[in-house]
Amino acid sequence: MNEAVDLSLYARPSGDGTLGMDLAVEGIACGACIGRIESAVKRLPGVTEARLNYTNRRLHVDWTAGLLQPAQILRTLEEAGYHGYPFAPLRAEAEAAAQARRLTRCLAVAGFAAMNIMLLSVSVWAGNASDITPETRDFFHWASALIALPAAAYAGRPFFSSAWQSLRAGALNMDVPISLGVVLALALSVTETASHAKDAYYDSAIMLLFFLLVGRALDHAMRRKTRAVAGNLAALKAETAHRFSGDELVSVPVAALEAGDRLLVKAGERVPADGSVLSGSSELDESLITGETARRKIGAGAMIYAGSLNYSGALTMRVTAAERATLLDEIERLLEKAASAKSRSMRLADRAARFYAPVVHVTAALTFIGWWLAGASLHDAVVTAIAVLIITCPCALALAIPAVHVVASGALFRAGVIVNAGDAIERLGEADTVIFDKTGTLTLPEPRVINAEATDPDLLQMAARIALSSRHPLAQALTREAASHVPYDAAREEPGQGVRAVIDGVEARLGSARFCGTAQKLQDTSEPGVSHIYFCYGNRSASFAVSQKLRPDAVEVIAGLRARGLTLHIVSGDRAAAVRPVAEALGITKWLAGVKPAEKIAFVETLKRQGHRVLMVGDGLNDAPALAAASVSLSPIAAADVTQAQADAVFLGERLQPVLDAVAVARRARGLMTENLIFAAVYNAIAVPIAIAGAITPLIAALAMSGSSMMVTLNALRGGKPA
Amino acid sequence: MNVLVYLIPAALGLGLLGLFAFLWALRSGQYSDVEGAALRVLADDDIDQMPTP
Repeated sequence: MNEAVDLSLYARPSGDGTLGMDLAVEGIACGACIGRIESAVKRLPGVTEARLNYTNRRLHVDWTAGLLQPAQILRTLEEAGYHGYPFAPLRAEAEAAAQARRLTRCLAVAGFAAMNIMLLSVSVWAGNASDITPETRDFFHWASALIALPAAAYAGRPFFSSAWQSLRAGALNMDVPISLGVVLALALSVTETASHAKDAYYDSAIMLLFFLLVGRALDHAMRRKTRAVAGNLAALKAETAHRFSGDELVSVPVAALEAGDRLLVKAGERVPADGSVLSGSSELDESLITGETARRKIGAGAMIYAGSLNYSGALTMRVTAAERATLLDEIERLLEKAASAKSRSMRLADRAARFYAPVVHVTAALTFIGWWLAGASLHDAVVTAIAVLIITCPCALALAIPAVHVVASGALFRAGVIVNAGDAIERLGEADTVIFDKTGTLTLPEPRVINAEATDPDLLQMAARIALSSRHPLAQALTREAASHVPYDAAREEPGQGVRAVIDGVEARLGSARFCGTAQKLQDTSEPGVSHIYFCYGNRSASFAVSQKLRPDAVEVIAGLRARGLTLHIVSGDRAAAVRPVAEALGITKWLAGVKPAEKIAFVETLKRQGHRVLMVGDGLNDAPALAAASVSLSPIAAADVTQAQADAVFLGERLQPVLDAVAVARRARGLMTENLIFAAVYNAIAVPIAIAGAITPLIAALAMSGSSMMVTLNALRGGKPA
Repeated sequence: MNVLVYLIPAALGLGLLGLFAFLWALRSGQYSDVEGAALRVLADDDIDQMPTP
């Protein structure tokens, strides 16, 4: 069918009469693709600019308004062998890009300042040991101050503003001692310089900023990379709906739908939005929403939910948004409750900061009082107290966790796990119990042929090639067995019946039993959750059983998780008859069937009350509240949007292996974080007494600070090995 | 030692020049597609006719 495509939602005016659009492009394999894509798109009339970003696989196109239909760009890409998916860049992504640029600018300034001040400082240290004149030393110190003060004012802003926000909220985070240390070190250095003293701490303050900014910039870059991939995947998933405008059908992106729109949902398509059926009758597969694999019969007036798969007949529906669907309403209410009740596990770094900051500040204060009472001059007491603050400034501590984060999320990214939440890795490393949803999580999201081995391979291949000409979900399941992806020329689909084609002069039929005339010959086993599709070729015939199938590596992954000491549960919304065989195949003894969303939450809460750290793995809309309630959550990429938004991390592909990898990497990362924190504590235990004794020189401070930072970073790098 | 009075500011000036060059490159988007830039340099689309070997 030739249907108009309306992509105006994605075209944005970019000044002087041109429109711009961003597309996620799939199928880019090598550098040559850049030129091929850009030149193909640039040849279109009206296109003024086409630029492919190879790093994040995105194409930006500008064209003169009115000269080009955006759908033409998609067609051109198809012709060149690529798939383009338009998307509206998320606000969060634009903000992250701006934030990354700010961090990089701060990093550049801090790096410049650190190098130049070090140059001057090393001369002073060398001179102090030999024969530098006081005038030259003062000149070097003032030159350092000239570099350090503006550089710190600029490059320190991320820390100062975060510390200020934290203080205003009445809390202490790691940025408070950092900011205090930097400001005091600079203030002390300036007063010491003014009184022609031997030592100044400009280098320590700026180096501290530089190291910390390196950690933060890397952390940020890693998160942006994963977010860009997640954004592309979301664009790939974004589906279109067929909207009636008058009597004509227009294909529009789902994001452009509004309440009251009339839509056509063809057989084999997913329902694009919540609404009510105006006309037509069909069977819906609502497993993505409720976990139930048995299909629901619906007719005019029925409420249907976004994400359901329309099995048999075409439906006309009206989109509703104002009157909330009861099911979604229920799930959203539960979500709110789960999110607010979630005792947010405190981040490791914040926990460390809450303990660390008061100790450091009290130690510095006691040092001052101690020296003063011991008869030292006010100046000496203050200098020693500030030296304590500088040496304890939590460089290693502040790098200890971000460095591990960067390395671990890189390893997870390579394993096919995209981390959404910043502290997900820590929480994942602590999990001791895993709750799996069944449908779409342990099983593949799409149904498969389960008796492929038992049927004649010739017939299977022929049937699979014929199935390419049908959009019926059972036929779609059959196409996954096809070795050749070339449909037969003369294949014709008869709506509601099946597909017929002539192969080598013999007629072949694929479809219902009656359509193939095989009803008598093949007995119809009416197992729950298994559907049959029939095929006949001349006088040979076959029946294919289509059902949910376990992910290919589910058994090994479950065994691997058990070997790591995790307790495993299955909690499904499906019937017991459908859950039991899966649980038995995987050897999981603790399983629950027919569980409603509220009961899933209750189950998670019960386990949490017993002191377990619960990892919830689920994909359905009915899992979303439980994902929010669990200590940490994972979701396959095929999950419902609401569900994915709740998950701490999303895994890609058909296999379950990423779940095992995620647990392995997170546990190792968690171990490295603890090691790093212990290392930082040991460093302080050695350095602080020296500082309290007043024996710290700027040279020792610089060595200690960079040495400890490097140790922590090198240790974190051990987490990068593949799982 | 008087030589330091102008050598150090000169060194700083050169450093600042490098810093501003980096900031300019950052602002003009030269770091937005680092992988693509490495491959674009190999593209021959600016050569009209490939010389026959």
